[in-house]
Amino acid sequence: MIDPFGVRSDGDGGGGRGDRENESHGDASPFDVGPATIAIDDVSVSFGDLSVLEDVSATVRPGEFVGLVGPNGAGKTTLLRTISGALEPDAGRVTVDGVDVHDVPSRESSRLVAVVPQDTTLSFSFPVRDVVEMGRHPHRSRFSPPTNRDREAVARALEHTRTAELADRPIDEISGGQRQRVVLARAIAQGTPALLLDEPTASLDVNHAIETLELVRELVADGRTAVAAIHDLDLAARYCDRLVMVADGGVRSVGSPAEVLTSEALADAFDATATVTPNPVTGTETVTALPDADDALAAVESATVDTDAPGEREPSTERSADAARLEGDGGRIVDVDRDDLAVHVLGTGTTAAGVLARLETAFDGADRRITLTTSVGPVTPGVVTETADRLGVEVEVIEAEPHAALSEARRETLVERIRTADATVLADPVLGSAGVVLETLEAAEPAALVVTDRRPLEERNFAGETARRRYERLRDPDRDGVVEATPETVLEGLSKVLGRGGSDRVDLAAESATD
Amino acid sequence: MRIPRVSGRILTWSLALVVLLAGTVIGSAMLGPVRIDPITVSKAVLNLTGIVAYEVPSAHQTIVADVRLPRIALGAVVGFSLAAAGTVMQGFFRNPLADPSIIGVSTGAAAGAVAAIAFPALLPFSSVHVPAFVGAIGTALFVYAVATEGGRTPVATLLLAGVAVQAFLGAVISYMLVLSGENLREAVVWMMGHLHRSSWDDVTFALPVAVVGTVVLGAYAREMNVLLLGEEDAHHLGVDVERTKLLLLALASIVTAAGVAVAGVIGFVGLIVPHIMRLIVGPDHRILLPTSALAGASFLVATDTIARLDTLPLPLGLEVGTPIVPVGIVTAALGAPFFLYLLTKREVHAL
Repeated sequence: MIDPFGVRSDGDGGGGRGDRENESHGDASPFDVGPATIAIDDVSVSFGDLSVLEDVSATVRPGEFVGLVGPNGAGKTTLLRTISGALEPDAGRVTVDGVDVHDVPSRESSRLVAVVPQDTTLSFSFPVRDVVEMGRHPHRSRFSPPTNRDREAVARALEHTRTAELADRPIDEISGGQRQRVVLARAIAQGTPALLLDEPTASLDVNHAIETLELVRELVADGRTAVAAIHDLDLAARYCDRLVMVADGGVRSVGSPAEVLTSEALADAFDATATVTPNPVTGTETVTALPDADDALAAVESATVDTDAPGEREPSTERSADAARLEGDGGRIVDVDRDDLAVHVLGTGTTAAGVLARLETAFDGADRRITLTTSVGPVTPGVVTETADRLGVEVEVIEAEPHAALSEARRETLVERIRTADATVLADPVLGSAGVVLETLEAAEPAALVVTDRRPLEERNFAGETARRRYERLRDPDRDGVVEATPETVLEGLSKVLGRGGSDRVDLAAESATD
Repeated sequence: MRIPRVSGRILTWSLALVVLLAGTVIGSAMLGPVRIDPITVSKAVLNLTGIVAYEVPSAHQTIVADVRLPRIALGAVVGFSLAAAGTVMQGFFRNPLADPSIIGVSTGAAAGAVAAIAFPALLPFSSVHVPAFVGAIGTALFVYAVATEGGRTPVATLLLAGVAVQAFLGAVISYMLVLSGENLREAVVWMMGHLHRSSWDDVTFALPVAVVGTVVLGAYAREMNVLLLGEEDAHHLGVDVERTKLLLLALASIVTAAGVAVAGVIGFVGLIVPHIMRLIVGPDHRILLPTSALAGASFLVATDTIARLDTLPLPLGLEVGTPIVPVGIVTAALGAPFFLYLLTKREVHAL
C-alpha cells in the first residue's frame, strides 16, 4: 500500500507504520503465522427485531491493520463479534483465510482468529502464565501435556508483551494496563493469522494506549491481519492502515485515515461538527470535535432536541460572557443572505490552520452547509498548507518562500484577495521586517476583520515598536468592522461582523478572545 | 524429563489428601461403642482386599468390615461426588453460591425418594436408589430443556429455571409428605441426609458412577478453566461452549445424583469444600477438582463420625457428648457458620 502521507514513514520511529517494510517470514516458529485475508460478505445481524448490521461488506488484507470507527451503538462490536464467530449472522458470511468461521467448530475458528475483548477483568487468581497458556487451548489435545511448541509460544508471547516478569503473579493483582498486555499475550500465544481487538485502548491511559497499539503494529508487521474497534479517532488515524467507518448498521466509508476522516464524514456519522487537521507531531489526522449546531440551538431554545446525540464533543471551556454569546449560534453564519462569501485568512501556524478547518464546517441560518471562498496567505509550507490540502473544500494558498521576500505578483494577489474578501481573518500573522502584512492590510483596506490571534504579538513581531502600534490600531476591536474571536468561534465572529454591519456590532471586551 | 509445574502440584496435593483420607477412615473406624486400636483397624481393612490375611479377632473384623466400614466408605463416596460436582457447578455458573443441587438435582432426588417411600404400592422398588436417581437426572434434564432456546443455554436462565423447579418440587414433596401417613418419619429422615443403615450395596451403586464421572470431568478441567473467562472468550479460545456446558452439567448431575440417591440430601458439602480448596490451591480446575473431591470424602467421613457417635473423644482424654443425628444436620450445622465466616472474612465474593 502506498503511504498517503510521507510524514508517517519517518515520523514514528519505533514500531509504527514505517516498519512494515521489515516483514519477516523467514524462521519457522509458533510465532510466525501465515497470512490470512478476512472477507466479510454482505453480513446482516439483528438482535430480535433490531437490525444492527445490514449488508456489511469489507475485506482486510494480510499484514494490514484496519480500524473500525464510528459512533457508539453503530455496530462496531457486533461486527467484531461476527468476524470472530461468536455471533451468527442472519445473512452473509465471514471467511478468514478462505474458511467460513461460522461453519467450522470453535476449535478450528479459534486457530484462525484471536480476540482481545474489551473487558479484560478476570476475578479469579490464575497466575498470568496460566492465562496466557489458555491461548494454546485450541492447539492442545485433551490428555497430553503442553508440547515444546506450546511452551515456546507462551514464553515468546510473554516476552513480546513485556509481561514475562509478571508470569507468576496472579492476574487479579496486576494493573489494568498490565492485564491488557496479558490478554494480548494470550491472543499472541494463540498463534492465529488474524487478530481482533475490541476497544483495546478504551480503559488505558495515553502511555499504555500507545504501547498497546505499537505492539499491534509489530504483530501486523509480522504478517498478521488485525482489526480493531477504536474509539479514539486520532489514535485510529495514527496506527491503522485503513479505517472502516461504521454508522447506523452499515459501512459508510472505507479507506486511508485521510479519506475516511473528513469533516463531512464525521458530521454524517457522528452527527458532530468536527475539524480534521494534521497532527503537528505525528503528521496523522487529528480530529477536533466542536460544539454542534443542534446542541447550541437546543441550549438556546431549551427545545426537546436530543442533546445526547452520539459523538465526541469538546467540553465547553469557560469564557467570558461575550465570547460565550459568540458561541451561541454553533457554527452558523446567520443574518447573512449571501452564499458566495469570500474570506481571506492572514496568519500562520496552528491558529491559521484551525481557522481554515473551522471555516470548512460553516452552516447557514437554515442549517445548510455553506462553502466559503477561502484563501490563505502568505504562508510557508507547513501546517497551514497541509491543512489546506486536506480540507474537503478548495482553499487558495498564497505561498511564500521561506526566508525570501514575497514576489511582487504574489503581493498583488494578496492585496486583491483581501480587498475583495467579505472579511479577513487575522490568525497570528507574523510581522516580518519586510512589512508585508501591515502594508498589504493597509493597502487593501479589508471590509471586515475577525481577529483570532492567540500568540502574543511580541513573539511574532520582528518589525519593531512602530509596527506593533500600527498592528494594534488595525485590530482594535473598538473600530467598526473589527471583531474578536477564537479559531473555534471564527464563524460566529464572521456572522457578527458581516450580518449586522459595523453599526450595531456587538462591542466585545478586548480580553475576551485572547487566550 | 522435567515434571510439568501443574502435574507436580496435582500429584503432591492428591497424595497428601489421599493420606488424609486414609487417616480419617482409619480414625473413624476406630471409634464407636467399641474402641478398636488403629493397627487392628488397618489389618481388618487390608483383609477386605483379599490379598492379605492378617490375624484379627473375628468380632473386631466384623465390626470394622461389616458395621463401620460400609458407612464410612459410603460417606467417602458421597462426599467425593458432592464436592466434585460442587466444584464443577461453581465454575460452570461462575457463582460461588452454586452447589450440586442448584439445578434441582437434590430436590428431584428427594421427590423420587419420597414418592417411593410414601407410596410403596405405586412405586414398588426394593430400595429408593433408583427412584431417587431417576428423579435427580429427570429434574436436571427438565431444567436444562426449559432453559435452552435455539441451541443456547444461558447460565442465568438455567439458574432461575432451577430455582423455580425446586420450588415446585418442594410443593410436590410437601404434599406427598402430608399423604405419606406412617412413612412420614422415614421420608423425613431420608431428606435430612443420612448414612446409617448403609450397606456395601449402596457403595457398589454409588462408587463406580462417582469415580467414572469425576474422572471424565477431570478430562474437561482445562475447558472449565477457560470457561471461567466467560462464554464468549471461551468460544474464542476454541471451546465448544454449548456442548461443553451440556456435558459438564450432565456429568455433574449424574455424579450428584449417585451421591444423593444413596444418602439423601446432604447439604453444604458441595458448597463448602470446593470453596476451602479454592482458597488453598487456587482456581485451577486441574488441581481443584481432584483435591476437592478427595477433601470432600474426608470431610463427610469426619462429619459422619460426629453424627453417629454419642460421645466424641477429644485429645487429652476429654469427651464431648453429641446426639446421634443424620449427617446432613452436622454438615449444615458446621458448614453454614463456616460459610458465613468465609463470606465476611474473604474472597467468597470472587470465585
